[in-house]
Amino acid sequence: MAKVLVFIDNPGASLKKSSLELLTLARSLGGSTVGLNGDLSDGVAATFAEYGVDSILHPSAQDLDDFLVAPKAAYVAAAAEASGAAIVLLDNSPEGKEIAARVGIRLNAGVITDVVAVDGDGTAHKSVLAGSYSTACKATTPVSVLTLKANNVIPEPAPAPTTPETVTVDVPAVAAAARITAREQKVASGRPDLTDARIVVAGGRGMDGDFGPVEELADALGAAVGASRAATDAGWISHDAQVGQTGKTVSPQLYISAGISGAIQQKAGMQTSQVIVAVNKDAESPVFEIADFGIIGDVFDVLPQAAAEIKKRKG
Amino acid sequence: MKIVVLVKHVPDAQFDRHLNGAGNTVDRDESILSELDEYALEAALQLAEARGGSKAGNQVIALSMGPSGAVNAVKKALQMGATEGVHVTDDALAGSDAAATSLALAAAVRHLGGVDLVLTGMASTDGETSLVPAQLAERLGLPQVTFASTLEVDGGRLTARRDADTSSETVEAPLPAIVSVTDQINEPRYPNFKGIIAAKRKSITTLSLADIGVDPAQVGFAGSWTSVASAEQRPPRTAGTIITDEGDAGIKLVDFLAAQKLL
Ligand SMILES: Cc1cc2nc3c(=O)[nH]c(=O)nc-3n(C[C@H](O)[C@H](O)[C@H](O)COP(=O)(O)OP(=O)(O)OC[C@H]3O[C@@H](n4cnc5c(N)ncnc54)[C@H](O)[C@@H]3O)c2cc1C
Repeated sequence: MAKVLVFIDNPGASLKKSSLELLTLARSLGGSTVGLNGDLSDGVAATFAEYGVDSILHPSAQDLDDFLVAPKAAYVAAAAEASGAAIVLLDNSPEGKEIAARVGIRLNAGVITDVVAVDGDGTAHKSVLAGSYSTACKATTPVSVLTLKANNVIPEPAPAPTTPETVTVDVPAVAAAARITAREQKVASGRPDLTDARIVVAGGRGMDGDFGPVEELADALGAAVGASRAATDAGWISHDAQVGQTGKTVSPQLYISAGISGAIQQKAGMQTSQVIVAVNKDAESPVFEIADFGIIGDVFDVLPQAAAEIKKRKG
Repeated sequence: MKIVVLVKHVPDAQFDRHLNGAGNTVDRDESILSELDEYALEAALQLAEARGGSKAGNQVIALSMGPSGAVNAVKKALQMGATEGVHVTDDALAGSDAAATSLALAAAVRHLGGVDLVLTGMASTDGETSLVPAQLAERLGLPQVTFASTLEVDGGRLTARRDADTSSETVEAPLPAIVSVTDQINEPRYPNFKGIIAAKRKSITTLSLADIGVDPAQVGFAGSWTSVASAEQRPPRTAGTIITDEGDAGIKLVDFLAAQKLL
């Protein structure tokens, strides 16, 4: 069984679902060590124990958040060496992938991103070319670095809790890194995180400046809100809602596409969703080629009616 | 300023794309300059123009690594306005993963010498990993900004903004540095007639692994740190039920969700 290092960055008061997925996968592959950055709250410490973590590593330096990823990568590489990990697991966020990239160079280790499953021998499964191929790949190096896509592992606590030990890891100096000079926090929407969400309702240019019906349907379903680039470029909704090639890749159980034509760059981000519903008034829209359930109709009629019906049925 | 822009020759995503051969590498027929690299090139051209362009000694070098066809990505970059092109090509490079690619590109950047800024797209549109820019930065020991949506250079420093999920950040770094830019940063220009004619007179330097001092064993299938064991084409998604709204489509949608146990 392999030793696995899981990197968890600033978890705050509780672990995200995607972090629980990383811990669950790590345990299935062997013993798990957490390389933590940021404060360890009581709640998170308890969850680590519940998920069978053997040890928790902390960085010797406190200022990792002041720079763009290079020092975090130096820390994760040092933590992997200190723990003797054969597999380093990170989340599949842009930052997770970037840290993975650098850790790979530091450890002479192969890096595989967008992983959806890992076999006992370290073979990783992922889909490529916008979901058109499923591949099995493996690092040919002693250590492998993998970034796991959210929603592919069911989080499960360990059969028996552990009492993790805590160890401090020296962070090696980094030659040069870009410094973060200002940070503006965004207002949280209170809705599920787009990449983790079980259901996504996404709106496009067809929403004509009014995302109200998308938000109302999303809230009735407990869903996250997504958007096409046309909608984010128009400023109707924040850029982080963009789904697609240059936005987020999502693979929820249900994706509802509303007033989106289904351009190739949009499809690239959502076509691995399990069920796709499309509402569009143009029967020729390419989105209908991939929709499991398509409605040729006006979003301003269909969405509010569906939201009202869901509320009625849920009582 | 001496700016290097990485340009990749990738299969056009408008058509079906395929993996081929024993190594399951991407079939590169029907390839184009990766559209995400056009944003990096545009950013480079704007920085050079703001400093008086090539007459004032500003260089925008389009650098591509890849088989013979990859020179087309360099040519397109020259048509858009890059001042010169460099094509790193060698049979031993076939099958290179991100680690091997970043090794060769790092050697090429060192070979060019005196580079102030390396600009790249946010990801390639074929591999889609975003690994190469970060690995290049790690190999060259240069500060890096990824996913920049704005970029300014003033004297020896750059300032950029990047959008993360929970925050927006302003970042600064001294030059030389590496920056990957998003598709939010600008609107890439089209090559005009003048640009296309001018490109014919611009030089493209071809470099082999020996020229840039890279051992062939460190790149290609042999030098890569990952390998693809198998690849299966997924059946393309097919259309399901399509209905036309007759005043009750919202209800029918909810019936469908209920039947799929998605409520
Ligand atoms: C480099 C690059 C990267 C890109 N990355 C992305 C990306 O990550 N994500 C992304 O989404 N796009 C991306 N795009 C843009 C993409 O090519 C499309 O332009 C975009 O997805 C179109 O958005 P849309 O479908 O909302 O708008 P449109 O294509 O304008 O479609 C609007 C649709 O709404 C329908 N409609 C209008 N009114 C109504 C109504 N009242 N009721 C029902 N239907 C209605 C219309 O029939 C139409 O089909 C990228 C493009 C480039 C060049």
